[in-house]
Amino acid sequence: MSFIQKLGLGVFVIALLIFTMALGLDQFKLSDKSLEFGGISEYHKQEILAQAEKRGSLNKVYGANFSFIKEFKILLKDAQNSLAKKAKEQGVPEGVSDWDYKLGSWKFKEYTPAALKASAQGPVSGNPVLFLFLTFGLGIIGGLLYILPIFQAIPGIKNNHIYHNPMTRGLKLGPRALFLGATIIGVLVYGITYMGEKYIWSAITGGIALLIIGLVFFFENQRRRNPAKSAGPSQMTAWLGVLTGIYLIAFYILLYWKPELITAWITIVNPVSKALSGNDASQWFLYGLLYTVIVLVMGIRMIAKYRHNRYQMIRTGSVMFFQTAFAFLLPEIMVRLNQPYFDFKNIWPLNYTFFFDWNINNLVNSGGMGVFMMVWGIVLVVIGVPLFTYFFGKRWYCSWVCGCGGLAETLGDPYRQLSDKSLSAWRFERWIIHGVLAFAIIMTVLVLYTYFTGTRTIIKSSLLTINSDSIRTWYGFLIGSAFAGVVGTGFYPLMGNRVWCRFGCPLAAYLGLVQRFKSRFRITTNGGQCISCGNCSTYCEMGIDVRWYAQRGQDIVRSSCVGCGVCSAVCPRGVLRLENSSMDVNTRTSEVRTLHITDDKIELVG
Amino acid sequence: MHVAIIGNGISGITAARFIRKLSSKHRITVISAETDYFFSRTALMYIYMGHMRHEDTKPYEDWFWKKNKIDLLKAYVKAVDTNNKQLILDQGRPLTYDKLIIASGSTPNKFGWPGQDLKRVGGLYSYQDLENMENHSEGLQRAVIVGGGLIGIEMAEMYHSRHIPVTFLVREKSYWNAVLPAEESDMVSRHIKEHGIDLRLSTELKEIIDDGNGNACAVVTNEGERIECGYVGLTAGVHPNIKFLEGSGIESQRGIIVNEYLETNIPDVYAIGDCAQASQPRPGRRPIEAVWYTGRMMGETVAYNVCGKQIAYDPGIWFNSAKFIDIEYQIYGDISGRMPAHYQSIYWEHKDGQKAIRIAYDKNEGHVVGFNLMGVRYRHEVCEKWLRDKTPVEEVLQNLGLANFDPEFYKEYEEEVIKTYNQQAGKQLQLKKRRSLTAALKFLNPIR
Ligand SMILES: Cc1cc2nc3c(=O)[nH]c(=O)nc-3n(C[C@H](O)[C@H](O)[C@H](O)COP(=O)(O)OP(=O)(O)OC[C@H]3O[C@@H](n4cnc5c(N)ncnc54)[C@H](O)[C@@H]3O)c2cc1C
Ligand code: SF4
Ligand code: SF4
Repeated sequence: MSFIQKLGLGVFVIALLIFTMALGLDQFKLSDKSLEFGGISEYHKQEILAQAEKRGSLNKVYGANFSFIKEFKILLKDAQNSLAKKAKEQGVPEGVSDWDYKLGSWKFKEYTPAALKASAQGPVSGNPVLFLFLTFGLGIIGGLLYILPIFQAIPGIKNNHIYHNPMTRGLKLGPRALFLGATIIGVLVYGITYMGEKYIWSAITGGIALLIIGLVFFFENQRRRNPAKSAGPSQMTAWLGVLTGIYLIAFYILLYWKPELITAWITIVNPVSKALSGNDASQWFLYGLLYTVIVLVMGIRMIAKYRHNRYQMIRTGSVMFFQTAFAFLLPEIMVRLNQPYFDFKNIWPLNYTFFFDWNINNLVNSGGMGVFMMVWGIVLVVIGVPLFTYFFGKRWYCSWVCGCGGLAETLGDPYRQLSDKSLSAWRFERWIIHGVLAFAIIMTVLVLYTYFTGTRTIIKSSLLTINSDSIRTWYGFLIGSAFAGVVGTGFYPLMGNRVWCRFGCPLAAYLGLVQRFKSRFRITTNGGQCISCGNCSTYCEMGIDVRWYAQRGQDIVRSSCVGCGVCSAVCPRGVLRLENSSMDVNTRTSEVRTLHITDDKIELVG
Repeated sequence: MHVAIIGNGISGITAARFIRKLSSKHRITVISAETDYFFSRTALMYIYMGHMRHEDTKPYEDWFWKKNKIDLLKAYVKAVDTNNKQLILDQGRPLTYDKLIIASGSTPNKFGWPGQDLKRVGGLYSYQDLENMENHSEGLQRAVIVGGGLIGIEMAEMYHSRHIPVTFLVREKSYWNAVLPAEESDMVSRHIKEHGIDLRLSTELKEIIDDGNGNACAVVTNEGERIECGYVGLTAGVHPNIKFLEGSGIESQRGIIVNEYLETNIPDVYAIGDCAQASQPRPGRRPIEAVWYTGRMMGETVAYNVCGKQIAYDPGIWFNSAKFIDIEYQIYGDISGRMPAHYQSIYWEHKDGQKAIRIAYDKNEGHVVGFNLMGVRYRHEVCEKWLRDKTPVEEVLQNLGLANFDPEFYKEYEEEVIKTYNQQAGKQLQLKKRRSLTAALKFLNPIR
């Protein structure tokens, strides 16, 4: 590592430390200023202040967001009770709507972060631009200092020491499973509290989850296999990877479920949001900006690493472009032009909220542009996906356009080797991903049913109640947030960079079905040149055992292949090529296109 | 019927797999003293460089063998008793067989250099060799590699990846120039130096110096220069690993002599892979071909013969591939550093000095005889068909795009190859076919 690279790493670590520390630098003063934010009703404001006065917390300064939130929650509860009592005794004042007067619990989630932002005082809220520089700015500079010297090296495959590096070497099967198990249990337990009183639903979901897991294990056991190929080296640990994973997991938990704890970060990016759309930043803006910056910086790294490979460079350029222009800038510009927020490349069922009532209403009621967006979204699902996938394979989306794919191919590239290549992992994969697809379809059908009929409760009996609202909340929680975010990205350093794309994404399942059964795309094997070295399988982020096919001269069509082209890039013998043609797919992918002697009458045993 | 196979390399394992495909009844035992499971020897370097772990180099998961009823036995065969059809093992009772396949591979050459058996001296062939390298890598100040072949350059790249300075002694005046034509050989020599490896051409090893404790501490070259080092890699080729067969009655010279059915002089005993020596090699082929591909093809062929279906070993058109640090190499057909006078080359080299295409043809007959690719990938099946059909070189050139196997978006250089030919021969040929899978498939399989 050159001096410049070391410097870059140092700068980056400092930026990361400041970023993390920023959450705790500000103080929070509970005063009338705390409640000066848009969207709060005057009655609520007065009542909360009155309660603060009563409890003696008015004008008190809190050192940390936790303590502020704790107090504020009490105030909200007290105000709620008091207003409810007043409404009962004196009635709601003339001309004021019920919800502007009584304080509904659903307002808590909105008021708490807003109050935190309004009460903050200290270095971060005082100098957001400075902190923007110290975190994002230094992070980018450090990253680039680290990355740019790679351009000086002699071009070629540079995978040296990936398995000697505590960041990228991965864990053994045991600890990895433990980690995953703990995360899943944590998410489920949290889900039950998150969903509030609806225990019955939590119980049902838990039951279904157990059933699925049980089924998978059952089928596993039926064809019992010895331990999967572990992803684990023997002596050294992957402590840096584990730490990174934990950091990412924590980030996602805060982002999705505890945004009030990260208001400092939202404050930091506020100036950017103001400049782009004129609106205040939300946690989603923070996420979008961070995501885009990471895709861009790590995209440059990917290009540096593969600058001998035009397929990789163009493809990486493409995901960088789609993330920046389509996922990040265009929606903000739309908002600035008073059009609905819309990501033109996000396709149902990955974009699972597309058919939700609020989205449909929002689009349909926004005039010509909104209706166009609605039609565009449907055309993509019905025509775009099958057509493009027929011609180019699912890669046109998964590794050229998609944002999740974009992050996986840039930030995730150092971890692609950690995907499990065993046959049992493949079996799990098929169960889980198609399960998610089915879940997404059922959820959407129910939501649409509710949209058109107005009936929310689909089934109601003493035993079982099925309500489209709770199904969609659970989908959002379990799949949209926990799977796609917490596990999908948090597990990069533990299970490879495509955990979500491989096991979870319902759109990938749909694209994959088209690719498997009706597509011109395949990976061609170059005659008998394979030496079974295993580079292709190792670096396949989708956990495809590419070598299995390559060494017998068989062309490869697998529903999960995202066409990243890395197997072809790392192959030291020039064996693999991603190609499109409508000819001969079936014969060339048939098992045992024997390399040497062909005898159709050979009966296969295994 | 019990088939015993000595050696769990690509040859032995391919034989076992194909016997199992042909018959579910045969009992199959694969014996090896090296590792529990078959792994890819060709990937040894990637383990050292941290691209892969040992388990990633195993082409089949560990459950595979039991499922396919292939018994694996970790033991060393000390001797073969062909009269009683028994293998004498280093442990336990002798193993009786009905048919025996010997696939015992190679072992590194040592040419009687003083000090060649010291500690901190080793070849790179087996998993143990790799462990030996690993054990002596900590704190290593310099490694000297002796012998400029494919394994030598791999070893150089391995040390280089760990920032261990390497001195690479090559006897020839340019790297691997017996196999690579002059320009390509020169390209690789340049590339080695570009990486900062201390390449010494026309230099031979004279002696390895003992530090007094039985460890190598320096080498002396034929020019009398002493080079201090902590490890000496011996990579001057390999020879068949058949010492354990002495006295077994199985006929051998350098390797085990086999006929076209891969049978030895003793009934029911076959030999395949690196250790086999063809008594009558096909035209243009050498008696011993110690490469992965021939091992695999022999493994497949021997399975038929063992299962009672006589099939002669036919390796087809010669092909091979390698990678010289960052430069990929592929060869199809008859190209070498010493081509006959009636072969004419069309040689194009990219100005970056890292890519080259050479097409050789027979001056008298006009047909292609070989393709040599540096940093460019060509389709095996297309080149093979052209070579097998003795296609006229001008036809090949005009359709050259059919052979291109580089990834999408890569620049295609076929037009420049044609330009080279046009200049050379005073012709006006045009490229008719560019890179396309559909076109290649139509060419390969015209009747449909
Ligand atoms: C570092 C390296 C890189 C290479 N790269 C390439 C390449 O890129 N392309 C290519 O074509 N070729 C390459 N080769 C050559 C190729 O690996 C060999 O040709 C091939 O492995 C030979 O296979 P085999 O099955 O005949 O023998 P081996 O793979 O040598 O298998 C023989 C096995 O038998 C065992 N054995 C031997 N004797 C006994 C005994 N008496 N008792 C028990 N067990 C015994 C040995 O321990 C060994 O495990 C490379 C070789 C090396 C070492
Ligand atoms: S098979 Fe190859 S192209 Fe497909 S996902 Fe795996 S590495 Fe990428
Ligand atoms: S296809 Fe290439 S990378 Fe994969 S095992 Fe074969 S030679 Fe190695």
